[in-house]
Amino acid sequence: MLYALKIATRYLTASKAQTALLVLGVAVGVFIFIFMSALIGGLAEFILSRTVGDISHVTITAEDRDPAILISPEGHVLAVTERGRARTATLAEAATYLPLIEAVPGVVAVSPQITGAGFLTRGAQVAQVSVTGLQPGRESAILDLDGYMTQGSVRLGSGLIVLGETLADDLSLRLGQTLRLQSSTGVSAVLTLSGIYTTGNGMIDASSTYVSLSTARTLFALPQGVTRIEIKLDDLNVADATARRIRALTGLNAVPRTDGAEQLMEALNAQAQTGYFLKSFALITIVIGVASALLLSTYRRRPEIGIMRAMGARRGFVIFVFVTQGALIGLMGGVSGAALGYMALLPFPPRDAFEAGTLPMDITQGSYGLAITLTVIGAILASILPARAAARVDPVTAIGQ
Amino acid sequence: MTALLEVSDLVKTFGTGEAETRVLRGLSLTLKVGEMAALLGPSGSGKSTLLTILGTLMKPTAGSHVMLGVDLVAADDAALTTFRNLHIGFVFQFHNLLPDFTALENVVFPTAVRAGRETPAARARGRELLTRMGLETRVDFPSANLSGGQKQRVAVARPLMNRPDLVLADEPTGNLDRESALQVMDLIAEINRDEGTTFLISTHDEKIASLCRRQIVVKDGVITG
Ligand SMILES: Nc1ncnc2c1ncn2[C@@H]1O[C@H](COP(=O)(O)OP(=O)(O)O)[C@@H](O)[C@H]1O
Ligand SMILES: [Mg+2]
Repeated sequence: MLYALKIATRYLTASKAQTALLVLGVAVGVFIFIFMSALIGGLAEFILSRTVGDISHVTITAEDRDPAILISPEGHVLAVTERGRARTATLAEAATYLPLIEAVPGVVAVSPQITGAGFLTRGAQVAQVSVTGLQPGRESAILDLDGYMTQGSVRLGSGLIVLGETLADDLSLRLGQTLRLQSSTGVSAVLTLSGIYTTGNGMIDASSTYVSLSTARTLFALPQGVTRIEIKLDDLNVADATARRIRALTGLNAVPRTDGAEQLMEALNAQAQTGYFLKSFALITIVIGVASALLLSTYRRRPEIGIMRAMGARRGFVIFVFVTQGALIGLMGGVSGAALGYMALLPFPPRDAFEAGTLPMDITQGSYGLAITLTVIGAILASILPARAAARVDPVTAIGQ
Repeated sequence: MTALLEVSDLVKTFGTGEAETRVLRGLSLTLKVGEMAALLGPSGSGKSTLLTILGTLMKPTAGSHVMLGVDLVAADDAALTTFRNLHIGFVFQFHNLLPDFTALENVVFPTAVRAGRETPAARARGRELLTRMGLETRVDFPSANLSGGQKQRVAVARPLMNRPDLVLADEPTGNLDRESALQVMDLIAEINRDEGTTFLISTHDEKIASLCRRQIVVKDGVITG
């Protein structure tokens, strides 16, 4: 109905200020919708990356073998072998399993590690630290060390060490300085500080250190194997199943890390619900605004509607004129609101550079298309009531002779 | 001349009970093709009510209404809308033009609303009608900017767009000064003569009525002359 469209646009342009105000109102609603989408989406992203995003979802640790027992035919325990004094149980053949584990569906990253404890000495100062040996090239596989580096580089080579900012401050360390690390097994090494990170996690920033796998081998006297394999999945919800699968495949002690995950998911879900709630309110506001403005317009244009009906305009034509006005307002408000929202989100850092202390707005999660679509649909629905009122106008009383 | 329309024993009452007003009380009337008739009567005598019924904008309480062989009392809203568009034109006293549209856009409305768009042919006819009304320099003027007399001439041109069989004009000159009123009546007479369009024009002005070939007088809800 080209002609109804012409009349609808003429009605909208006839009262420019009023239409502009109405479109602005709709745009503000759309803006709020988009801002909420970007905030809720970005917040979820942020929380996930700061929590389950930085931890191992399935962890393989070496199993301590049960002590062998010698039992008499009567059932008496005759002898028990003493547990080995060597502290660490190792995953001796870990290397052979890595490709197998990487091939399991849902696995995004695998990080073989040697972990232990030690003392860090710089001059007279000593700090107790945890030491993690990481495979060069996989430093950021689980914890995104690369993303948290504030000085230097995460690249771990032999003789290098990376540690947290709090620890560096405590020991007044600067990049490039050397320090001594003594492991709990008594081996010590002189290492160069090659990188400092800030994760925002107090424990990690104050007492964790990272060295290369080969440095860790020396420190903990482990010529082969690793103590731990950390695995990250693309979906935390399948951690249980994936752990079972890895157990079946390798016979290793793969344990899913899902404690706390359910609560977290619930919290994120509640947050998303709040978002839906607020976005629904934005939409309802748009609908009410459009409906009341158009209702006012149908009232003001009653005589004209009467004349059009007298001249042979069908009820459907009148409905179309007003619904088209609603759709046009929705479209203009939707598009300008989406553009405003996009521009307002531009100054925020992108999702992989969220900074603590600022709103984690994710410009890619603005739901622009959805916002525009819902707004147009909402505006069309909002115009149905006024349009029907317009179509029911009685030409006789409207023209009011 | 053949009959264009025939109403008989028309009754129209408004309201019920105490508030009931009987406006038409068994009115009968026949209009022939090509007539130019004045509908005379004092204010409140029921002229507008009769024109509204003849224009199918309202149904009578009782009585029959047949035009071009169609029983218009029985027809539904959609059928009446189409019938109006094709066969009947209106000129009202007030609120006549669509204020946000130009003179030409107003005139082509009856054709455009049926075709779904303003066709070049419709525009050409609209232009021709406006020229005939002496408004060739006002074709693309916003109708809100026209003078009262100009507006009413546009309002006379518009119902002619679809070459209707009947034009109902309810006090078309009631709002105009004498000079403009006579100009509008001249144009109506010219169209009636050239195109054979039937006109029924209500007025309480004897002078205006005398310009029509037939005078119909309404009093107390019936035709008295
Ligand atoms: N919708 C209506 N409801 C009640 N009374 C009406 C209505 N329309 C007209 N009337 C009454 O009908 C009578 C005739 O009105 P009308 O047809 O407008 O007369 P005229 O056009 O000759 O002045 C008047 O008394 C008027 O008050
Ligand atoms: Mg009247």
